[in-house]
Amino acid sequence: MRVLRWIIGLIIFAAFFYFNFFIYDGELLFKLINVILFSSLLILLRVMFGPTAADRVISVDILGVLIIGMLALIGLFYNESFFMDIGLIWALLSFIATLAFAKILEGRRLDE
Amino acid sequence: MNETIGMVFICIGIAFDFLGVLGLVRLPDVYNRLQAATKCVTFGSMGILFGVFLIQGFSSFGFKALIGIIFIVLTSPTAAHAIARASHRSRIPLCKETIIDKYEEDKELKKEIDLVQEEELKK
Repeated sequence: MRVLRWIIGLIIFAAFFYFNFFIYDGELLFKLINVILFSSLLILLRVMFGPTAADRVISVDILGVLIIGMLALIGLFYNESFFMDIGLIWALLSFIATLAFAKILEGRRLDE
Repeated sequence: MNETIGMVFICIGIAFDFLGVLGLVRLPDVYNRLQAATKCVTFGSMGILFGVFLIQGFSSFGFKALIGIIFIVLTSPTAAHAIARASHRSRIPLCKETIIDKYEEDKELKKEIDLVQEEELKK
C-alpha cells in the first residue's frame, strides 16, 4: 500500500514536470507560474483532507503567501504594477484571518 | 545583466516554494508541516519579489515588491507562532515518533510554581 502510494505520487509529479517543461510551448514565466499553480493545488488537497483544524488554517495562510509571488510574476509579464496591490491586500487579509483563527483554536474570545 | 540575475532569483524562489509545499503534503504532524511550509514558502516568496525588484529597478513596481518583502518578513513568523501556540494549547496530538516535548514540561513546571506561590501567599 505504501509503495503503491509512492509510485502514484512519483508518476503524477514526473508527468507534471514533463508536460510543463518539455511539451507546453509558451513563455518561461508562464512555465514558472504553472509550478506555483500546481503547488497551490497540493495546498488545496491539504485543505480538503487535513485531519485537524490547524492544518487547514496553516494551508490557507501558506496559500496567501504563495499568491503574492504568483501575482508578482503575472504583473512582471504584463508590465503592470497594480497586481502587486492585489497581492499586498490578499496577504494582509490572510494574516488577520490567521490570527483570528489562532485565537479561536486556543479557546479565547476575539475581544480579549 | 539585471534581468538574468533577477530570473535566477525567481527560479531559486520557485524551487523553495515547491519544496515547502511538498513538505506540507508529506510530513506527518501539524508542527512538522508548520516548520517545513512556513520557512520555505516565506523564503521562496522573498526570492521571487527580490528578483522582480532587480528586474524592474527603482520604479513603482519595484518599490511595491520591496514593501511586499518587508510585509512577509514581519507577518509570516507571527502567524506561524500564533498557530503553533494555539494548536499546542488545544491539545492536538503529536506524531508517534516524537521523543521529547519541552513545552509541555514547561507548562507543568509553571503550574507547580504557581501552586507554591499561592501557598506562600496564604501563609
